[in-house]
Amino acid sequence: MNTRQSSWWSLLKRDLYRSRHYYVLMAPFMLIFFMFTVIPVGISLGLSFFHFNMLELPRFVGWQNYSRLFLNDDVFLIALKNTLLFAVITGPVSYIACFLFAWIINELSPKIRAIMTLVFYAPSISGNVFFIWLIVFSGDSYGYMNGFLMRLGVILEPIQWLSNEKYVLAIVIIVQLWLSLGTSFLAFIAGLQTIDRSLVEAGTVDGIKNRWQELWYITLPSMRPQLMFGAVMQITASFAVAEISIALAGFPSVNYAAHTVVTHLMDFGTIRFEMGYASAIATVLFVLMLGTNVLTQKMLRKIGE
Amino acid sequence: MTSKVRAVFGMPRRLNRSFTVSLMLFALLGLFGSFMVLPLIYTINNAFKPLDELFIFPPRFWVNNPTMENFADLINLMGNSWVPLSRYIANTLLITLLGTAGHILLASAAAYPLAKYRFPGSNVLFTIVILSLMFSPHVTAIPNYMVMSWLGWINTHASIIVPSLAFSLGLFLMKQFMEQIPDALLEAAKIDGANEYRIFWSIVMPNVKPAWLTLMILQFPALWGTDGGSFIYSENLKTLHYALSQIIQGGIARAGVGAAVALLLMIVPITLFIISQSSVMQTMATSGMKE
Repeated sequence: MNTRQSSWWSLLKRDLYRSRHYYVLMAPFMLIFFMFTVIPVGISLGLSFFHFNMLELPRFVGWQNYSRLFLNDDVFLIALKNTLLFAVITGPVSYIACFLFAWIINELSPKIRAIMTLVFYAPSISGNVFFIWLIVFSGDSYGYMNGFLMRLGVILEPIQWLSNEKYVLAIVIIVQLWLSLGTSFLAFIAGLQTIDRSLVEAGTVDGIKNRWQELWYITLPSMRPQLMFGAVMQITASFAVAEISIALAGFPSVNYAAHTVVTHLMDFGTIRFEMGYASAIATVLFVLMLGTNVLTQKMLRKIGE
Repeated sequence: MTSKVRAVFGMPRRLNRSFTVSLMLFALLGLFGSFMVLPLIYTINNAFKPLDELFIFPPRFWVNNPTMENFADLINLMGNSWVPLSRYIANTLLITLLGTAGHILLASAAAYPLAKYRFPGSNVLFTIVILSLMFSPHVTAIPNYMVMSWLGWINTHASIIVPSLAFSLGLFLMKQFMEQIPDALLEAAKIDGANEYRIFWSIVMPNVKPAWLTLMILQFPALWGTDGGSFIYSENLKTLHYALSQIIQGGIARAGVGAAVALLLMIVPITLFIISQSSVMQTMATSGMKE
């Protein structure tokens, strides 16, 4: 027993010594990564069980933050409902849109393909250009949407698009979709180009008749790695909607109509300094993202079966 | 007829393709493509509109009498501002260049052992990197602020540059790309007496140049668009993006200048993407992104 333990230990020691250069190479990245990502997540998980306002010492309160969140915080429930709505609509729609557009673009000749890729990818890298939507949906008759609808005679006076509960959430969703063809879209386009043409030819011999069968039995299964990667990126983005909501609908939005879990988190974290409570919100968000990711990955494994 | 349209679209002949469906799909692409691109074209048009056209009713999309007036006004305005424009530009360049170059270097150095070797802890570390892809930075915003203030980095550029060096998506893509480098190449270098650092620097790094561009195209727009967030308060440490977005928010009096600014902010990341497009695609494709 003792010798086995010591030999296990000496084996590990030898392994560690042998790999010392690898640890040196990884050290700078990992140090910063742990410092600014892993440790903050750990702190956040821990703080969610405390009452902490940055002035007094943290006080342990157990599950109290969570029970307050779900039982006594109506605004959180609105935020949760909106966030789930975003996740259910923008998540799948943006994911499918990324794939669909990548798939159609892939059929074009290389030059047009490059142009179309740029057209679809540009919104997500052009920074804060989404403020254009503020002009489009501006509440006076100078707003493009109002001007357009008034000229058509659909409406007689301007609509306050961004301060009307009825419209604001839908507008944020549209703009979010407009911005959502990012990294996963690029990964899909690139993945489509590497599919082995001989697979398609073999498939034709085996009786594949149209592009839809080709898509299901050949294209999608060959792209499974990119599809997994894209799912992670799109899910994370659709759960984390906040900047667009703040930029378009204001903070807080009218009657919290465009309030999301992240804006709720910002409210408690950066305005009210209730760090423990904000950390509980962050933890709920993290659990939601992780759960959705696991579910989605399971579903994606079934493709082409 | 069919072949003519095919030539216009530049469609290669493919198996299993119905022409009608193709046409419908391309129509769909065109429709949504114009939805995507209209705001960008509008931004370009707006930047060249004289003031009276900006406030015309009903609003017009296209510019009638293009003018450079807005850009001239912008230069004037920046010349009179309290902190000189060059200061903002220098800050932005410092953040963007250090942040991007440092990220590429550090992510590559960390990715090389993870891609090519098994050693105690390698699986755990990579799993943590994958997990961290799954949450938004908002989850860590508050503890991050606490860490920054312990380090005394509030109101310094380090608070923006240093965290951006270790961005887990970059490590992930770089690792997947490095897995494609043939082991024989590394073995040969080892037999020739090169140590791990030497192999990394003279063999691995030159081989992953297209992947550098990919990391750059992901990192650059993020840093270019940063306004200092919640970490930087001093006016003379702020970025160009912050200064320019202040102008955009300036209201009616500065609408023309705002339009010019919007174009400037947009054009830089897009130009970078156009230049590097083909290499970026290549990396995204070959970096198998294995499960």
